[in-house]
Amino acid sequence: MSLRRTLAVAALALVASGCASTGNPRDPLEGYNRAMFTFNERVDDYALKPAARAYRFVVPQTVRNGVTNFFANFEDIWIGANNFMQGKVTAGLGDWARFVINSTLGIAGLYDTASDAGLPKNNEDFGQTLGWWGVPSGPYLVLPIFGSSTMRDAPAFAVDIAGYGGPRRYAVRKFAPSAETQITNTMWGLNVVSVRSNLLDASNLLEQAALDRYSFVRDAYLQRRRNLVYDGKPPKLKDDDDDARAPDARSLTTLAANRELALGSAWPPDVSREPPPTVNAVGAITPREDAP
Amino acid sequence: MIDVTKRFVTAAALALAALGAHAQEAPDALVKNVSTEVIALIKSDPLLQRGDSKRITEVVETKVLPHFNFTRMTQLAVGPNWRKATPEQQNQLTEQFRTLLVRTYSVGLSSYRDETIEFEPLRASSDSDVVVKSRVKRPGAQPVTIDYSMEKSANGWKVYDVSIGGVSLVTTYRDTFRDEVRQSGIDGLIKSLSDKNRQLAAAAPAKK
Repeated sequence: MSLRRTLAVAALALVASGCASTGNPRDPLEGYNRAMFTFNERVDDYALKPAARAYRFVVPQTVRNGVTNFFANFEDIWIGANNFMQGKVTAGLGDWARFVINSTLGIAGLYDTASDAGLPKNNEDFGQTLGWWGVPSGPYLVLPIFGSSTMRDAPAFAVDIAGYGGPRRYAVRKFAPSAETQITNTMWGLNVVSVRSNLLDASNLLEQAALDRYSFVRDAYLQRRRNLVYDGKPPKLKDDDDDARAPDARSLTTLAANRELALGSAWPPDVSREPPPTVNAVGAITPREDAP
Repeated sequence: MIDVTKRFVTAAALALAALGAHAQEAPDALVKNVSTEVIALIKSDPLLQRGDSKRITEVVETKVLPHFNFTRMTQLAVGPNWRKATPEQQNQLTEQFRTLLVRTYSVGLSSYRDETIEFEPLRASSDSDVVVKSRVKRPGAQPVTIDYSMEKSANGWKVYDVSIGGVSLVTTYRDTFRDEVRQSGIDGLIKSLSDKNRQLAAAAPAKK
């Protein structure tokens, strides 16, 4: 399936769906998004999932872990760069130290020796860097093939492809210049299958859990991204008006207040001095106050 | 005969004592003990490893469920509409949501590999509401955090929400539930949940 064909389908879906939406403020493009989601599920059912299942069936776990680690090792360079861009120097140095340790002691990245040595892997990308800088996530957006994204994360993803793939291509050019194209393509395919096979259990779970897979994936994705931008310590969301008015003794406001108590002063960072940052209707995150 | 009665009374007293001990258990110790126990079971039981759904459900029902407050979970997921539901509807919602979550949890359990779980020490807790934090390590990826929101009840600490990698189970269902209620009312939501459960029950034997 060519990219052009995919885009044509996307454009058609957009036209056909018009402005159909259930009025979720974070998802004004719901009509288009749902069509693309269905299309992606079709591609997954017919191509990605069968390939991932076959891969998992044929290749033993140890080897699959090695493949996962091998690709993850190259990513640490770009992850470190993003940590530096967010001013998190210690974390960035940690990521680059991981790359050095795993490329040598971890035998070209096949083993994650650094994690065992107490240098855990971080999760960063350019979308998170933009979020850290205060760029709002914007509306939810489903990309062809790649799936869940937002108006902020989609262009950032294009930067990430270069950031993640660059070091890999450089290594191929250096060590096997004669077969550069073949090796690069093979690696790309292997990575896709490997990533998808790691997600098989999660997608089985999704099929079980969701009443409406589309909104389940969307809401989980938006929460997950927000959590990642704030490195696991997102500020409290402003409750819906409805919720705040609930006379129920156990209202969501009480719940949030209790949570705050439970987590103590570490979260949100300076709640005592000023109200915590909030997220507005379209998911725009105000910049964090403790950003360096 | 006296001997038998005596033994029975002793056993009953012991059981009560154990129950009492469980109720007193600190929330982080409780989550840790239950997780350790369930993982030990998976490692030692070939039926569980093969994903035998009957056995998995049995383990979940006896080991895990007693520590969850499903009414509270359902109430939070349904949101403000909860107050518009009759007690009978509330019961049905809780029952159906519970069935769905148990099935989901069971699938999650059967996909457990050799991940290691670490627990963070409980910090700055309130008396009646805490978050117990744990992380699951996987190869080539950032560890996944699993946070259990728990509240104190008369018979021990109960979980009312689980967040995986910052994604709260309750919050994720909230939008779906709200849309469902807006479109077809509380009864519509009950129907969608029970349809989903029926469909899963029908598919389960085929998937082993």
